[in-house]
Amino acid sequence: MKVDEIKKIAFLARLDVNDRELLSLTNDVNNILNFINKMNEVDTHGIAPLAHPLEINQRLRNDEVTETNQRELFLKNAPAQEAGLFLVPKVIEEV
Amino acid sequence: MTWEAVIGLEVHAQLKTKSKIFSESATQYGAEPNTQANAIDLGLPGVLPVLNKEVVKMAVKFGLAVNANINLKSIFARKNYFYPDLPKGYQITQFELPIVGKGILAVADPEGNVKKIGITRAHLEEDAGKSLHEDFHGMTGIDLNRAGTPLLEIVSEPDLRTAKEAVLYLKALHALVRYLDICDGNMQEGSFRCDANVSVHKIGEPFGTRVEIKNLNSFRFIERAIDYEIQRQIEEIEHGNKIVQETRLYNANTHKTKSMRSKEEANDYRYFPEPDLLPLVIDKAFIETIAEKLPELPEAKRQRFISQYGLSAYDAGNLISSQSLADYFEQTVKLSATDPKITANWIMGELSAALNKHDLTIEHSPVTTTMLAGLLKRIHDHTISGKIAKSVFEAMWAGEGDADTIISKQGLKQVTDSSALEKIVAEIIANSPEQLADYLAGKERLFSYFVGQTMKATKGQANPQQVNEILKQQLKRVTH
Repeated sequence: MKVDEIKKIAFLARLDVNDRELLSLTNDVNNILNFINKMNEVDTHGIAPLAHPLEINQRLRNDEVTETNQRELFLKNAPAQEAGLFLVPKVIEEV
Repeated sequence: MTWEAVIGLEVHAQLKTKSKIFSESATQYGAEPNTQANAIDLGLPGVLPVLNKEVVKMAVKFGLAVNANINLKSIFARKNYFYPDLPKGYQITQFELPIVGKGILAVADPEGNVKKIGITRAHLEEDAGKSLHEDFHGMTGIDLNRAGTPLLEIVSEPDLRTAKEAVLYLKALHALVRYLDICDGNMQEGSFRCDANVSVHKIGEPFGTRVEIKNLNSFRFIERAIDYEIQRQIEEIEHGNKIVQETRLYNANTHKTKSMRSKEEANDYRYFPEPDLLPLVIDKAFIETIAEKLPELPEAKRQRFISQYGLSAYDAGNLISSQSLADYFEQTVKLSATDPKITANWIMGELSAALNKHDLTIEHSPVTTTMLAGLLKRIHDHTISGKIAKSVFEAMWAGEGDADTIISKQGLKQVTDSSALEKIVAEIIANSPEQLADYLAGKERLFSYFVGQTMKATKGQANPQQVNEILKQQLKRVTH
């Protein structure tokens, strides 16, 4: 992987990475990828892909409403709020 | 060579559950902002999603209805992007292994021609919240009530060729999810939303570059937006320009689509398996139980209406558009025991017009099936003419009672006593010497004058056929 690709991934993850960090990150990521390449040498033919390390399945819950309105409590955590809404910097999409 | 459009649709159907897909918050529409969003919906640290069983049942129900391959094992994935109404910074969805695989939806046009449209897949996911861009001191307001509402995203194959066909497919899908009772289909409230992928190419050549159109929330807008986009792409290419893969928004005021450039950079969702949810595994018995309870589906009902009641493809197609309308029709036919075609005409004519005028759905019709059947019986046994029946219908709509009550109260019973009618006709002829002379001199169209006078004298209660016969007889007598 090249520095530019790491830069793009950092942007997508909204990580503020400086130039020096970028170099060491690129190096780290490449080491990890090399390790994965090494693992890819193992013949996994006929083995089902693993989506989760636990050998159990998802439990399902019944369709019931048990939660009550705790808006005031949650809004207290927000830096800005008004009329029951969380306020964030303007993000309007141009239509 | 002529241009051809290729359209594929992605529909987001909001599943009709009481609670959210991963939390026990309510999903009711229109609640005060943020009163139905709990710690899970807000994505607070340390919370874990727990999957709603009803959501899984509904997805399976849909899969069965489109004859799809239902995956006994499916997995959830994270779709990563940043937007303020997506609190976790990712949406939990299904990517590689969706619960519903390939299926087919039969779509009939008004003439009854059926085209089978492929369903690529249908997967479960959570909805995001809503951003309100009204002016909050230059800031955006976030309401997270909708965050975590269960959605079934239904993706079609690129099998559609015109905007009209796309709308037919959407209407068939819309009817289907409501028959299955898994989605209320309310497009204004966003319960049934659609994105369209559109490309154009010359027949015989490979498919063109596709453009995604978002913000389509009515059947009318969808048709207009697709038509506009097809035309735009053809013109671009004919002017030597290339179509770029992009997302465009439809503007309902200008009827145009416009590029949404801000999305270009962000279209890299870096999907990976959701570590907070285990694989979803269902067994055949689970599917069987749901299959047993499947209702008669719209397409099967449409075909049955044609064969059982002798309806035209057009009438059958209209009547099956909602389960309640179809039920209303069948109930009325059963109660009136008269011609199903006439019943269909009344339901789609007078009744639909009145419902539209008052912005009511069939469930809230003041004229019940028993009342309409009562009216049809009186038309059938010639107690009233079709014309009088319309005013009886209006009176029923206005709450003046059932057909028999209105007929007797307003004295609307058809005059079929021939001696009474003969007397009236004789009087009219005697009182119209000028018209009679002209008629006898060869102005045959004056016949309708005499019919009109008779209907007027009987307040429309005479049987028109009988009036014609009596008039013919009496005028003949005068001639000789």
